[in-house]
Amino acid sequence: MGTEPAELRAEIGDLGLRYFRSGSGPTAIKLHHSTGNPGWMPVDEVLAEEFDLIVPDLPGYNQSDRPAWARSVRDIAVLTGHFIEALELEDVVLIGCGLGGWVAAELASMNNHAISHLIVSGAPGLKPNEGLIEDQIMMDWDEYVQLSFSSNEHYEQTYGPDAADVYKELWDYSREMTARLTWKPWMYNRSLEPLLSLVDTSALVVWGSDDRIVPQICGEQYKNALTGSKLEIVEGAGHCVEHEQPEIFRDLISSFVKN
Amino acid sequence: MFIGYFTERPYQDQKSGYFGATGRDLTDLSMSNRDYDPKLGAELYNRYLDEKVFAEEMGFDGLMLNEHHSTPFCMGGVMNVEASILARITNRAKIVLLGNVLPIWEDPLWLAEELAEIDMISGGRLVTGWVRGTGRESVAHNAQPPFNWERFQEAHDLVVKAWSQPGPFRWEGEHYQLRYVNPWSRPYQNPHPPIWIPGVMSRNTVKWAAEHHYPYVMLATELGPTVESFKYYEECAAEAGYEAGTQHRGYLWKVHVDETEELAEATARKYIQGPSNPFLEGNQGNVRSFIQNLPGLTSRTNLLPTSQVPAAARARGKESQVKEESKGDVRRGTFEEQTEKLGIVYGTPKTVIPKIRHVLETLRPGSIIFWDGDGAMDHDDAMRSLRLFGSDVLPAVREMGKELELDSPFDVADDIPAGYSPEVVEAAKVAEAAAAEQARVEAAGA
Repeated sequence: MGTEPAELRAEIGDLGLRYFRSGSGPTAIKLHHSTGNPGWMPVDEVLAEEFDLIVPDLPGYNQSDRPAWARSVRDIAVLTGHFIEALELEDVVLIGCGLGGWVAAELASMNNHAISHLIVSGAPGLKPNEGLIEDQIMMDWDEYVQLSFSSNEHYEQTYGPDAADVYKELWDYSREMTARLTWKPWMYNRSLEPLLSLVDTSALVVWGSDDRIVPQICGEQYKNALTGSKLEIVEGAGHCVEHEQPEIFRDLISSFVKN
Repeated sequence: MFIGYFTERPYQDQKSGYFGATGRDLTDLSMSNRDYDPKLGAELYNRYLDEKVFAEEMGFDGLMLNEHHSTPFCMGGVMNVEASILARITNRAKIVLLGNVLPIWEDPLWLAEELAEIDMISGGRLVTGWVRGTGRESVAHNAQPPFNWERFQEAHDLVVKAWSQPGPFRWEGEHYQLRYVNPWSRPYQNPHPPIWIPGVMSRNTVKWAAEHHYPYVMLATELGPTVESFKYYEECAAEAGYEAGTQHRGYLWKVHVDETEELAEATARKYIQGPSNPFLEGNQGNVRSFIQNLPGLTSRTNLLPTSQVPAAARARGKESQVKEESKGDVRRGTFEEQTEKLGIVYGTPKTVIPKIRHVLETLRPGSIIFWDGDGAMDHDDAMRSLRLFGSDVLPAVREMGKELELDSPFDVADDIPAGYSPEVVEAAKVAEAAAAEQARVEAAGA
């Protein structure tokens, strides 16, 4: 693989956040799913070819401190805004995958002017007009992560046939934080959709055609709510578009940012 | 000594395919209630109530109920209804609720009112107990599991205040907010029914119970780890400034008495047949650890020694935390292993009494609850055992209790009685003194 990313730490008040950083080009921040930060993955490698990529552990996940007071994804979005400020970043390409996409959308709804581009991929956060967002609580940790791929083959390409204990522990630990931030209603905030129409940041919505976690209609809802945004469906990909099709994912973002 | 009687009140359906010796295993939260026959439910509820009335006649001091949700091994989803009925149809026995699942109540004030009514209708015979619940309970009523412990403590504080402090008052808590707390009901017992805390695994809960002077009732846990857990209670009590005694210890376990050894064994085997609690050792059924171990429900590390028992750990989805040396070859205790460990005691009175004695000598609990009439046992099985408890076992156990000086909370007069926290006792004394002074003044004026 390419260069090892730097492993760094930032302080937001009394909260410490761990993040990885590598690459050069426009600054991009990629926010992870509700299952935690799996580490520097192939998608991060290819994104780092075009961006100065920052991949933080969201507050409460992995090695970042857990804010016991946080009760909503919006709280995490506020902290992420402070993280951007702490690193003195500008013109940030904010990429959110899954729950990370919901965080990104919440942060964008606050019109944070450090963000130049918003990419929301397979994100919960909006109540689907039809169907339900899959409930990870009522299934095994492995089973949920398998469901977030379009097929078992793709899951195994990323995690192997039997995920290592370190991943299972990560998924268990992450689920604790996820359950602190969202429980009822599950995986959406009623007040986000109306606020998205006020977002003036350029936005791209990316969705796997075979997303079995968040219904594709949510992608359309994001696209309809974010004025001027575009919806790109990645054919054959599941919920974790970025793991299944890292180059396509990167190319979509890259051409969106260039245009 | 306080001796209670308990059954989980299993839903026993001969036609279901999961009942009896050849029944298929249950997997938690896997059955649809389309399979629930309310006519059978009606029969069973009434049968279990009748058995409790008989248990009172046979001399049991207490009739225990428990609460579980969405599962056929326990029909106690709304055990307060059963408690209310017992309040009216029994006369002497305590009604022991172990326990309402506090964190899943969205409105603990409503619970305070229900329990106050039960206490009044029973003439002050309620012993109230509260649990944190397993994952199943939180899922069934969608209570957010990472806040389970906080909700438990806050709901407790709210209920105790609603019972023991005059209203109206406001409550602006972390998890519960009420703008007007002034229920037109108060418990019969002053300042409130005694509070007992049942449990299996959590150190947090034991410490909290000890700090509050609430007796801790270990539920069918293995003897060795139970002794260690009681020692931990004693340490916590000492830190809180008092010496814990037998009145602070309770133990529940399976004891079935029968007319012959052969019949006792055949009937005791029914404990683990049918819709028995799959989350306790020796029972049928399958745990789904991601439900039992809901995210943030219990501490990852602050667990009692009972957590090292594989079945207990599995029941809480914590099997990976059981140390290798504890696991051995036993993936699930068989009937024989259970009886060897005295987790299931069965026999005629002659053989049962010495085994009970061994448990009493080992654990020294002031309150015990015999768990019987469960699994696939039918009404006749339950009644035969109850008769023999009445005629032979209870009198013998009471004698042993006296000999071993196993005092229950009802046998001793502590300054802070077991079942009441120091703050509440103090406030009650102050209120009593004020009322006495008021009466004196009024009498002098008259």
